[in-house]
Amino acid sequence: MKNLDFIPVSRRIIERFGEGSVAADDKRLMVHREHLADIALFLKEDPDLSLDYLNSITGIDHKTHFTVVYHLTSLAKKHRLTFRTDLDDRNTPSLPSVTSVWRGADFQEREIFDLMGIEFTGHPNLKRIFLWEGFPGYPLRKDWVNRDA
Amino acid sequence: MTLKTEQYVINIGPQHPSTHGVFRFRLTLDGEVITDVEPIFGYLHRGMEKIAEGRNYTKNIPLTDRLDYLSSMINNHAYCMAVENLMGVKVPERAEYIRVIMSELQRIASHLAGIGFFLNDIGAFMTPLLYMFREREKIVELFDMVCGQRLNYNYMRFGGVSMDLPRDFLPALNKLLGQLPGYVDEYDKLISTNEIALVRAKGVGILPRELAINASAAGPVLRGSGVRWDLRKDQPYSIYERFEFDIPTGETGDTYDRYIVRLEEIRQSVRILKQAVSQLPEGETLAKVSKLVRPPAGSETYAAVEGPKGELGFFVASDGTENPYRWHVRAPSLINLTVIREMLLGWKVADLMAIFGSIDIVMGEVDR
Repeated sequence: MKNLDFIPVSRRIIERFGEGSVAADDKRLMVHREHLADIALFLKEDPDLSLDYLNSITGIDHKTHFTVVYHLTSLAKKHRLTFRTDLDDRNTPSLPSVTSVWRGADFQEREIFDLMGIEFTGHPNLKRIFLWEGFPGYPLRKDWVNRDA
Repeated sequence: MTLKTEQYVINIGPQHPSTHGVFRFRLTLDGEVITDVEPIFGYLHRGMEKIAEGRNYTKNIPLTDRLDYLSSMINNHAYCMAVENLMGVKVPERAEYIRVIMSELQRIASHLAGIGFFLNDIGAFMTPLLYMFREREKIVELFDMVCGQRLNYNYMRFGGVSMDLPRDFLPALNKLLGQLPGYVDEYDKLISTNEIALVRAKGVGILPRELAINASAAGPVLRGSGVRWDLRKDQPYSIYERFEFDIPTGETGDTYDRYIVRLEEIRQSVRILKQAVSQLPEGETLAKVSKLVRPPAGSETYAAVEGPKGELGFFVASDGTENPYRWHVRAPSLINLTVIREMLLGWKVADLMAIFGSIDIVMGEVDR
């Protein structure tokens, strides 16, 4: 299994979606949030990439912004790709949902919504998954204070 | 004549014996037929990912034990691999072999429990479960021998394992490896052609191939649907490329296929174990790693292993301090539940136990 190089992939995405949709260096592939849903579908359906399996979605709070990291695998081509999206808005962070592209994103997006407070627009059932409705705040944010501790 | 019926909502769980801990189904039923399903979890949520941010890297190894507590060794392995990636640590040969031996023993133990509970769920009551626990007990004793624990082993360390094998370990393991194939044949005879088991499992709860891939199903749930995908072969980690073994797959993706895949995987694990024992080299079991692990700032990694329930991945991001900045678990038990609704629709309440049991989940990992 090999990891795809970010720069050739980003060139293909730019060809299709134009400048500004994606930025890449040899360490990371940054997808612009407005194009996320389209690019996700492209990554899955493009015959050379065919990234049909979503391994994992992780949200990271960088204090100034959020990053959501997507890990993908192509079962047929046996390669992997990791891409990420930055969100600058801390008050109402939102991202397009990729549930319609990969069903496996369903619970993972709900988990990030529950614990980090990032909204996924277009998610069919976006509500808290581990904590109860009405739980105050989002524990995985770095500025969350545990009042019981 | 058609019967006029009215739909109603019923809860199964959280404290139902078939919900493997605390899990709740909110079912909408028409008579006995399931027309809608909502899985509800979180009863066991311990905020593990948050806790991990406040502890140093080494102290997080025991947390992994408490995820899928039926496969603690494999959880240790995945997490240690992630931190070794960040630190660029090379694991000594002997330690790699010991890790594989522990992981495969753990896979057998987990599958035995999985099959046993599955049969218990579909009403075989205690007999098969006790048979499976007879063998699981022997594996637990082996683990007890190497690390003094029967559950939550905390055996692996960054750069190897905490202790070398004790002198009595290999003879005991060899004895068990001699017995296991016979036991598996016994289960095969007892269950695989049992008429009641067949009626309860064949053709029930079908997960089609395409949906399994799209929903990120993993492990026996994915392979039961006919997808030949196993990280030990397709993304070889540790030293798995040195061993010969097959990847069993199902055909239709029904409950029976998932059971058969697990049973066959026990046989394959025995094969790997025999090879690992015969190749086991002498030498160090722990590389030199500083006591306080501080991966370089800004580094991050995703390390995945093939757990008994499927791809278990650890995403670890570092900010250069002794605590991980972000610690995320790709939990196969949670993600395998994504399609539980599709698998249950149209089946009856009694089938729910069979289908749910065949997914083999551990709530400690679902909720974290």
